[in-house]
Amino acid sequence: MEVPLTWYLVLSGILFSIGAVGVLINRNALVIFMCIELMLNAVNLAFVTFSRQQNSMDGQIFVFFIMTVAAAEAVVGLAIIIALFRNKATINVDDINIMKW
Amino acid sequence: MLESLLFIIMSLITIACAIGVVFQKNPIYSAVFLIQTMVSLAVLYVLLHAQFVAAVQVMVYAGAIMVIFVFVIMLLNLNKNDMEDGKTKMPMQKPAAIILGLVLVVMIGVVMTRTIYQGAQGEYTPEVMDQIGNTQLVGKMLFTKYVLPFEIASILLFAAIVGAIILAKKQIIKEEK
Repeated sequence: MEVPLTWYLVLSGILFSIGAVGVLINRNALVIFMCIELMLNAVNLAFVTFSRQQNSMDGQIFVFFIMTVAAAEAVVGLAIIIALFRNKATINVDDINIMKW
Repeated sequence: MLESLLFIIMSLITIACAIGVVFQKNPIYSAVFLIQTMVSLAVLYVLLHAQFVAAVQVMVYAGAIMVIFVFVIMLLNLNKNDMEDGKTKMPMQKPAAIILGLVLVVMIGVVMTRTIYQGAQGEYTPEVMDQIGNTQLVGKMLFTKYVLPFEIASILLFAAIVGAIILAKKQIIKEEK
């Protein structure tokens, strides 16, 4: 029996929501970053599912590019976190709010 | 039948590990849970006949990106105070966020289950893909239809390397005369 493709989409939605909740409730900049990766992964799952549904390869190529961008984004983001930690000695996002006003 | 069983098991593992990522106090545990999430997602990609994406998922995400995360966690050498969330400045933040998350799940679920997807069907059915090979097809498309984005991706990665080095290196301020 084939798994209905809707299940994959619902799983992708659940994963995305968990990532969004993680971004909202966490205080640690590193964990917030990991939750962003989680959301990117959820979108990747949706892309592969749609690609399977339409019998097309384009979705998988898109996932490949998303992974490239995610790698670049992770590297630059973590470098920013390191620079921030060197200047302020904290990665708690509550303490890094000088740009808020 | 076996496929459904595998899907159910792997999706439950994925969701459990994703919840673990969010609710762990220690970032290193979050990272380990995230690695497990990515590996079980790779299994789901294999179920969807996307073997190349599954392999890249394990190598790039679970391998490279998570190694950077763990490396940075070790490098920052956080003490115990940094790991606790401490006092939150917003009251009711957690319940409000969880309620919003549930609303998001319901919204996405309704949209995903009610929509009827129709569009031009491509030529790459699973049978064709199994015959030619998924990796070969991906490679062919990368170097024909998507060759310009492919080259731009290489420039993006190069810029990211340079940016990361500039951002993370110790700043040496020269005395100006």
